[in-house]
Amino acid sequence: MTFEQILANPGGLFHSPTLNGPDIYVELPGTDPRPLTILLTANGCRIASVFAEDRVAEENRYYVYYVFDQDSDSRYLIARATISTAEPSFVSMAAEMPALNWQEREIQDWFGIAAEGHPNPRRVALHDNWPDVHPLRKDFPVDTVLPPFEGEQHVLRPTLGEGVFQIPVGPVHAGIIEPGHFNFAVAGEPILYLQLRMFYTHKGIEKRFEQLPVRHAVFLAESISGDSAFSHGVAFCQAIERAADAQVPERARRMRTILLELERMYNHVADIGAIAMDVGFVVANAHASRLREMILALNEDLTGSRTLRGMVCPGGVRRDWTAEQVSHALGVVQVFESEFNSIVELIESSDSTRDRLARTGILRPDKARDLGIIGVGGRASGIDRDVRRDHPYAAYDTVTLDVPVYQEGDVLRRMQVRIDEIRQSIVIIRAVESQLAASPFCVPVPPLPPDRCALGAVEGWRGEILHWIRTGPNNTLSRCKIKDPSINNWPAMVEAVQGNIVPDFPVINKSFNLSYSGTDR
Amino acid sequence: MFKILRKTAQTGLVTIGYPAAPPVISPRYRGAPKFNFEHFNDPPAAAAACPTGAISVTSTDTSGRVVVDYGLCIFCGQCAEADPSIKITQQFDLAVRDRSALVVTADYSPDSSGSNFELKHLQYGESPSDLEETVKLRIRDVLGRSLAIRVVDAGSCNGCEIEVNSLNNPLYDIERLGIHFVASPRHADMLLATGPVTRNMELALLKTWSATPDPRVVVAVGACGISGGIFGRNYATVGGVDRVVPVDVYIPGCPPTPLALLNGILLAVGMMEEKGVPR
Repeated sequence: MTFEQILANPGGLFHSPTLNGPDIYVELPGTDPRPLTILLTANGCRIASVFAEDRVAEENRYYVYYVFDQDSDSRYLIARATISTAEPSFVSMAAEMPALNWQEREIQDWFGIAAEGHPNPRRVALHDNWPDVHPLRKDFPVDTVLPPFEGEQHVLRPTLGEGVFQIPVGPVHAGIIEPGHFNFAVAGEPILYLQLRMFYTHKGIEKRFEQLPVRHAVFLAESISGDSAFSHGVAFCQAIERAADAQVPERARRMRTILLELERMYNHVADIGAIAMDVGFVVANAHASRLREMILALNEDLTGSRTLRGMVCPGGVRRDWTAEQVSHALGVVQVFESEFNSIVELIESSDSTRDRLARTGILRPDKARDLGIIGVGGRASGIDRDVRRDHPYAAYDTVTLDVPVYQEGDVLRRMQVRIDEIRQSIVIIRAVESQLAASPFCVPVPPLPPDRCALGAVEGWRGEILHWIRTGPNNTLSRCKIKDPSINNWPAMVEAVQGNIVPDFPVINKSFNLSYSGTDR
Repeated sequence: MFKILRKTAQTGLVTIGYPAAPPVISPRYRGAPKFNFEHFNDPPAAAAACPTGAISVTSTDTSGRVVVDYGLCIFCGQCAEADPSIKITQQFDLAVRDRSALVVTADYSPDSSGSNFELKHLQYGESPSDLEETVKLRIRDVLGRSLAIRVVDAGSCNGCEIEVNSLNNPLYDIERLGIHFVASPRHADMLLATGPVTRNMELALLKTWSATPDPRVVVAVGACGISGGIFGRNYATVGGVDRVVPVDVYIPGCPPTPLALLNGILLAVGMMEEKGVPR
C-alpha cells in the first residue's frame, strides 16, 4: 500500500498533507502522535526517527517531527506536531516503542520539551551533573562555556537478589574503542541485565551545523562517525541537493556508489576479523585486517583519504578518476575477492569458532521487530530492510540487490550477513563500474532557498542513516537532525546479552559494532 | 591447523619497512598543504575555503598577516582548490613537541609601488628539519626498548581510533618496535588521547591521566585532540586535550595515518628520558 492509500480516510488524524519534493509532510492536530502512529504501524510502517525544532523566533512554537517509512513506498512520511512555548510538551510513545526512548529524552534535554508519560524521563544526552540548560534552543549560544560540573550523581537501577552483583565497565574501555558506560548485573557468569549510559562523546554536532556555511558543514557531516565518513557525507549532500533541486550527474552517482560499497567492505571485513579474534581465532583477524588495509590503501588512491574524507560534495564528488585509477580499483577488488573467499573458508572450517558464535547473543525476530532494530543486526534477526533497495539513491536504482536475511539472530548470523554483503558489494562495484560513462563528476548547486526542508537517507554499513535539514538564509542551515543507525540498535544489545556469559560480551558487542559518536553526536 | 599454516605461508611477509626504510605513499594522499608565502596568490580566498579556520588573514592598509595553524588543519585540500599557489604534499611526519611549532605566521607590508603586499617576516614555531633529525635519532634508540600505550577516546568521531587500530595490523605491526597497547592506564607509559574532549569525558580523561604512573607522556592525536578541530570549542567540548592535561607531543591529521601516528609516537619516545624514565 502506498501512503496515499493508507491515509485515504484520515478521520481527523491529521490535516494538510503537502508534498515537499519526494517526501510527504502532514500536520498533526495536537501533540499526540499515537492515533496516526497506530494507523500507520498497523499498515506496516515504522518510525525511523523523532526529533524537534525550535521555531520560536519565527513562528512562536516548537515542532516535533516523526519520520515514518514502509516497504512498499520509496518515500518517507513526516508528521509534524506543533508544540506551544508555554510549558512545552509532547506525548511520549517510548513505552510502546523502546527505539524512541533515547530520541525522546534527547528532545527533553536539548529543547526543554517534556516527553509526557515517558517511562524513564531522566537525563540522557546531557549527563546529570549538567546545569539546567537546553543547548539546541536558538537563544542558547553555541560557544557558551558552562561552569565546571559538580558531582556525578547518575543512579543506575539496583539489581537485587542472592548472589547478584554488578560489574561497572567504562567509560574508558580496555580496547581501542569509543567511550560508554556498561553496568552488568550478573549471577555467577550469566548476565541478568545490562544498563547502558551513553552520550560521553556528545560534542554538540547538531548545534554546530547551524553555525557553518553549507560548504564547510559537509566536513562536519564526515566527522559524525569516523568509520562512516562517506555515508554520512552522502546523506548530508543528498539532503542539500534535494533542498536545492539539484540533479547529481550520473557519473558522480556511480562514483558515490562505488565508494559507499568500499566503505561497507573495509568495515565489514574488519568486523568479521574482530569477531573471529574475540573467540580466539587471532590468525583470521590478522588476515582480515590485512584485507581491510588493502581497501584503505585503495580509498587513499581514489580519494586522497584512507577513510574517504574530503571526497563527496553537494552536486557530486570533488575529483574525477582516470581510467587507470578505475582499472587499478577493479584489480584490487579482484585480489580482495579471492583473498576474502579463502579467509571465509578458513573461518568456516574452524568448528570451534562456529561453536562459539552459533546461538551466542541471540536477538529473536519478534524482539527485533518490537525494538525497531535495523541494519546488520536487524537483517540477522529477520528484519528485511535496506535503504539501498527500499529508498534507492546514488546509482542503486540500476542494480538488483539481494538483501541477506536470517532468522536465528545470533553472532554467527550477524557475521554471515556481513560476509554476504561484502560479496554483494563486489558485484555492485563491478556492475556500476561497467556503466561509469563519461559525464561531469560534479555540477554547481544553486544557492539554497531559505526555509526548505529535505531528508537525505543512506544505508551506511551499520544501517539507515538519516539527515533532515531546514535551510536558513545565505546558504546556512537553521536545523540539521542526524540519525545514525546506532541509536536505534543499542536496545538490541541489551536484549541479546541476557543469559550469556560475561566473557562472551565482547564478541556480542562486536557483532553489533555500534557507533558511540554517531549515537552521542 | 594445516589450512591456517598454509594460508600464512602463502601470504608471506607483508610488514612495511618504516621507520627503518622510507615508506611508500600514494601520490594521491593528501598530506600537509605547502604554502608559498613569498608569492601567496589569494590568502583571503584560502582562508574562506578552510572549514576549520586553520588559515586566518588580518589586514590593514599598511600591513597584512597570514597565520597557518596545522593543529587545526583537517587536510581537506580546499585551500589548494581556492588558491593554486598552495600545493598539497604527501608529507605526513608533522608531529611536534610544542603546540606553537604547528603555527606559521607571515607578515606582509606594501611594496614600493604601494599596490601589492610583499612578505616581510616569516616565523615558523620550530624548524621542521631539526625535528626530522630528532625523530631519526630516536628511532634508533626506540628499537632497543619497549613502550606501553593506553588509548583514551575523549570524544573522538572514531576516525583516529580506526587508524590507531591499523597500527596493530600485519602491515604496520607496531609490536615489532617493542610498542604495545595496554588495557589499563596503570600499565601505561604513554597516553594517546583523541577527540575534542567533550564535557562528558573531561573527568574521565583527568582520572585516566591520574591513574597513569609518573613519569608519563601524553600525545594529543588529530585535529580535534590538538585544537577541537571542526567541532571547535562549544558548550559540549573543551576544545583540545591540553586544556585538561599537559601534552608532550601533538600529531596533526584528520585522522592521522598510521605512518603519522608512528612518527609521533617515536618522537614522543625521545621524551621519555627527559621525563626521567630509566633506560
